[in-house]
Amino acid sequence: MNSAPVANGSNPGGAYNNQAARQDMEYLCADCGAKNEIRSREPIRCRECGHRIMYKKRTKRMVQFEAR
Amino acid sequence: MASSSKLPQSAYNPRRHVGVHAEWISDVSSTDYPGHYPHEDHSWDLEKFKQNLQVKVQRLSQRSIEFDLVGVDASIANAFRRILIAEVPTVAIEHVYVWNNTSVIQDEVLAHRIGLVPLNVDPSMVEWRKNAPGFEGQPNDRNTLVFRLPISCERIGGNKKNATGTQQLKNEYVKSGDLVWQPQGEQVSVFESCPPGPTNKDIVLAKLRPGQEIDMELHAIKGVGKDHAKWSPVATASYRLHPLIILNPEKPVPPHLAQKFAKCFSPGVVTVDEDGEVSIDEKNMRQDSVSREVLRHKEFEGCVQLKRIRDWFIFNVESEGPYAPERLFLESILVMRQKIATIKDAAEGLMRGEDEPVPEAAADGDVEMTET
Repeated sequence: MNSAPVANGSNPGGAYNNQAARQDMEYLCADCGAKNEIRSREPIRCRECGHRIMYKKRTKRMVQFEAR
Repeated sequence: MASSSKLPQSAYNPRRHVGVHAEWISDVSSTDYPGHYPHEDHSWDLEKFKQNLQVKVQRLSQRSIEFDLVGVDASIANAFRRILIAEVPTVAIEHVYVWNNTSVIQDEVLAHRIGLVPLNVDPSMVEWRKNAPGFEGQPNDRNTLVFRLPISCERIGGNKKNATGTQQLKNEYVKSGDLVWQPQGEQVSVFESCPPGPTNKDIVLAKLRPGQEIDMELHAIKGVGKDHAKWSPVATASYRLHPLIILNPEKPVPPHLAQKFAKCFSPGVVTVDEDGEVSIDEKNMRQDSVSREVLRHKEFEGCVQLKRIRDWFIFNVESEGPYAPERLFLESILVMRQKIATIKDAAEGLMRGEDEPVPEAAADGDVEMTET
């Protein structure tokens, strides 16, 4: 997803120079199921219950099957 | 209770009988072919065949039919049975495009379940996808029906519980009735009188919990049962031979054993009058299971002969899908006639000496005969 990291002074992290990748991701709490937005370098912790395990959501890409 | 409907006298012609004995069956093969009986003409004759052929509906309901097919060879009756199961076309969901499925049932399992749902689409309204002119195999509005299944489960009225301590859920069960038909192109007008959908709207496809959702697109195409059972238009299509029970006038059943004798047969087949004399109800005889129970008892030895009529087929066909049960057999005849027509064309081509390329066998071993 990301282009190769380019080292420059304005972006010390390097890896996250792509604007789309920095978009907030929604995760689901493993304990209470609440939706959580987690930004990078933020503690991974559920806002509802404080649980520290999150699930990533299923891909939005289409998957094709034969009904057989 | 003597029945009014009698079997025709010709049913008692022993040449038509298959013998059912305690441990074996006899006279299985037919003998009405040329050369079997000396000085008798058994060459096939259309007029004779017309005279002997009989088709009679015995029972008809919304979903099933029972009819008699009398006077044909087993190969013909069996051909129709097999065509009913495997070669009468229907429309079923074949391609499934999943955008989202967070339910516990896996995508491929759900796709398979959805494919098996019978659709109320008249197959004559849909073309074969492989025949699309110039675009073989490409979907268009004449060969593909599109359905959507967008559904998500949620709690009704927040987290409140009702009197029984359970929560009210919306879309807890995904049912076949949740399929939404999406008309394409000219389909709006073509299917106006009968919008495509499942024949049964209460088939549970999946179960959801709050927060789970399914979003998929489904493409239905025309196919035949030999490709996949989901395209089979029948639930069952079977036949059995008409049972025949012949009492021996030389050795009547002793009156004190009459009730025991009657119990050896299916209910209603044997009637016992007040003097203890047994007789066979010819109308109910067709219901007999021919269990051979009567042959197990020494006291009834020689009293009765169990038989079946070799060319009297009692068909039982259950329709599942768009065809009315009485239409199914006619459709199978249509398919049979098409097969015969292609074979006839090919045979005539051979006679004319035309050198036609031999069609290549498909992966399943079937050779598709094309009309010339």
